[in-house]
Amino acid sequence: MITIENLQKSFGKQAVLKGISLEFARPGITAILGPNGSGKTTLIKSILGMALPEKGRIRFQGKDIRGGWAYRRQIDYLPQIARFPENLTVRELLRMIRDLRGGQPDANRLIRLFALEPYLDKRLGALSGGTRQKANIVQALMYDSPVVILDEPTSGLDPVAMIRLKELLREEKEKGKHILVTTHIMSFVEEMADEVVFLLEGHIHFQGGLKELKEKYNAASLERAIANILQEGKLGFKANGHGAKAARLVLKAL
Amino acid sequence: MRTTIFLITLLFTAAVIKAATITVCPDCECSSIGQAIESANAGDEVLIKSGLYQEGNILVDKALRLRGEGWPVIDGENETEVITVTASGVTIEGLVVRNVGTSYLEDRAGIRMQRARNFIIRNNRLENTFFGVYLEHCSDGLVSGNLIEGQAEEEMSSGNAIHLWYCKRMQVEENEVRGHRDGIYFEFVDDSRIRNNTSEDNLRYGLHFMFSNDDDYSRNTFRRNGAGVAVMFSRNINMWENRFEYNWGRAAYGLLLKEIYDAEIRNNTFLENTIGVYVEGSTRIRYRHNEFNRNGWALKMSGGCLDNIVNENNFLHNTFDLSLNSAPNNNSFDGNFWSDYNGYDLGRDGVGDVPYHPVKLFNYVVNRTPEAMVLLRSLFVSLLNFSEKVSPSLTPANVADNAPFMQKLNFSKDKPAY
Amino acid sequence: MFKILKYSFYDLSRSRWIYIYGAFYLLLTASLLWLGGGVSKAIISLMNIILVLVPLIATMFGVMYYYNSREFTELLLAQPIRRSHIFFGQYLGVASSLAISLLLGVGLPFVLYGIFTSPEIWNFSVLLLVGFFLSFIFSAVAFFIALRNENRIKGFGLAILVWLFFAVIYDGLFLLALSLFSDYPLETFAIGASMFNPIDLSRILILLKLDISALMGYTGAVIQKFLGTMMGMACSLGVLLLWAVLPAWGIKRVAVRKDF
Repeated sequence: MITIENLQKSFGKQAVLKGISLEFARPGITAILGPNGSGKTTLIKSILGMALPEKGRIRFQGKDIRGGWAYRRQIDYLPQIARFPENLTVRELLRMIRDLRGGQPDANRLIRLFALEPYLDKRLGALSGGTRQKANIVQALMYDSPVVILDEPTSGLDPVAMIRLKELLREEKEKGKHILVTTHIMSFVEEMADEVVFLLEGHIHFQGGLKELKEKYNAASLERAIANILQEGKLGFKANGHGAKAARLVLKAL
Repeated sequence: MRTTIFLITLLFTAAVIKAATITVCPDCECSSIGQAIESANAGDEVLIKSGLYQEGNILVDKALRLRGEGWPVIDGENETEVITVTASGVTIEGLVVRNVGTSYLEDRAGIRMQRARNFIIRNNRLENTFFGVYLEHCSDGLVSGNLIEGQAEEEMSSGNAIHLWYCKRMQVEENEVRGHRDGIYFEFVDDSRIRNNTSEDNLRYGLHFMFSNDDDYSRNTFRRNGAGVAVMFSRNINMWENRFEYNWGRAAYGLLLKEIYDAEIRNNTFLENTIGVYVEGSTRIRYRHNEFNRNGWALKMSGGCLDNIVNENNFLHNTFDLSLNSAPNNNSFDGNFWSDYNGYDLGRDGVGDVPYHPVKLFNYVVNRTPEAMVLLRSLFVSLLNFSEKVSPSLTPANVADNAPFMQKLNFSKDKPAY
Repeated sequence: MFKILKYSFYDLSRSRWIYIYGAFYLLLTASLLWLGGGVSKAIISLMNIILVLVPLIATMFGVMYYYNSREFTELLLAQPIRRSHIFFGQYLGVASSLAISLLLGVGLPFVLYGIFTSPEIWNFSVLLLVGFFLSFIFSAVAFFIALRNENRIKGFGLAILVWLFFAVIYDGLFLLALSLFSDYPLETFAIGASMFNPIDLSRILILLKLDISALMGYTGAVIQKFLGTMMGMACSLGVLLLWAVLPAWGIKRVAVRKDF
């Protein structure tokens, strides 16, 4: 579905992606993990064509995405910060997305699922963070696209909404979709992900199944495994002179 | 005493008895005006009935009264002058004089008076007559109620509507003139009066006034003329209650004063002229109760203007109120109303407490560099003027109205002094 | 693109600022007409204000809108829409809502005052036209600046600087050049220099309509000869159009190469 070859990207002097090659071929949920600044969001944005790579190539269904835009019809995207134009209401936002993308989205089911009905005519600016995130989820998932990209889908969600989201993602997975998720909630990954891509300092440090990851790093839980990864090489933090303390901080952040 | 009365009565009756009326009409016994004049005696009336008379070079050499009835048309067919008068005591009225034709060699006219006295040219219509009424070496005449229209296109090939040269004690009243080189032209004309005329759409001046002394022009309207009104090299001229309007163009002004001494300019209105009054080297001129409204420059003085008094005038929304390109010599600008003034009046006596400086810095800049005018009304120029107002450095500090009025002055109540 | 324009426009039409902007013109124009007296005078006063305020507000508003709708823009970028269309749509939305506020704010009082039966209708039309152009030109410049600067403070600073340059500094330098070289014939220079500043060009267009050209003496005659004819008018409107197109082209260039 999506093939990435030797993707390189830097912002100014700072190299963010230092040659990444990936393939999302099998359907299922792939969690993209990594400490802050490891290039998760940049990777996603590169796939969406929002960040333009300096080197390397991204193919979507075999076609180079450079300069293209129509391929995005096949992607549902949930952006990280749910800040939409403040003056629009939820209903207007959903209508607008429908208007822009065309097609026949099924918003009603999702609205019911997340109990958004009372908020439909509220301005987005007046909503709480969690409700806004629900609206965000509805706008992203109301389409039935083969690829779903979710950037921090769980932020601000209450437990009920969290459960609904997980159910929803399972359903989508059943349909044979490719789902890419970035998140900091390890339990979410453990529960949902089929595959993990671990990014570190602009490189892919690990790619494989959850089981493999745990086996490779000899840990009972995902959290432990990641801690082991980070401690294993002290991972450049040494160079920064922060050492283990930094690794702990990273863990906390994860 | 008794004999005098008797003699006068005798003379009067003799005149009445002797005065005959000769009627001219296309179907009459006498169908030519020239013929009628020839047969008439001094004191007779030639009554010209309605019709077309294709006659030029009509010479009036005796005291006759030429009267038109039903607007008879005398057509010069663009070949000749139409009526030439060499005698005194002539009256010409009710005629339509038409088509004199352009001449580059001689100043042909519709009606010419040569060395005549005591004449009346009244209620005629002159159309396309090159020069309209041409008076030379005349005195004690009245030119009144005539409508003189030309189709002047170029200064070189056009004449003046009412042209006076070396005349005395003339009255030019209630005429309407347009479409000539100059509307009214005065050269070496003394003790005369120009009143209630309308002079508009002339190529050069609405009124051209040179080397003429002790004259008075008032209640005239000068509108849309090429340059406006020029008054030059003259003394003791009164100018009051005239309207100078819409004389708008690159070299246009409402009124040009050049080398004028001792004049009164009062109760005039200067509306939308490029320059309201353009003064060159004039002395002891008193401007009073005039209204300067929406002119480019209300008053522009250059080249040695001495002892002028500008007092009790309204300066309303002019682009520039005053421009001086020489040192101010004893000219006074005190006691006017300026719409641009924004001082205050703590004493509530109607007079502003801070002086008004009518010369703007930008005006000073434009005098030096005319191209800078393209920056007129730009924010930069406003800032420039403002900073100059706060701390004057380039504009003459002594050109100021030290007692500017807070309210627009109302002149309607005051009576003209003449 | 028109869909984006529609939504930006819709979004802005619910923003308070655009109404305040329109209401300001409404109040100003009405008081100039009824208290100041006369269409002609109102047009001149409005010209002074429009020439300063329209570029300033368009610049500020454009920059502000861009920065405030960043996340929204990112959402749009993930949709199947051409990039340049997103930015053109937003730019046109901002520019046209500013232009419409101006049109209504200035236009309504004039219509009520009876501009359609006034001989000043053409001067008024030129004033509005110029206001339109300035709205489009300066919001395009604003978008261009904002697109090139991620840092809001820097973007705002630069935008104010650009406005200040065209509104004041340029004319200062212009005047300085004119007085330094006043011994040379400067008419062509004066025309040329005003072409390079849309605010100057707009001002001269209105002044020509208001016949101030007569005040400019020989320069005025040359300018009148150049700009006063239909040909010159078309030419200067063309230059204004170019002024709107250039930054718009810049928006496209920057937009397709930018990372979000």
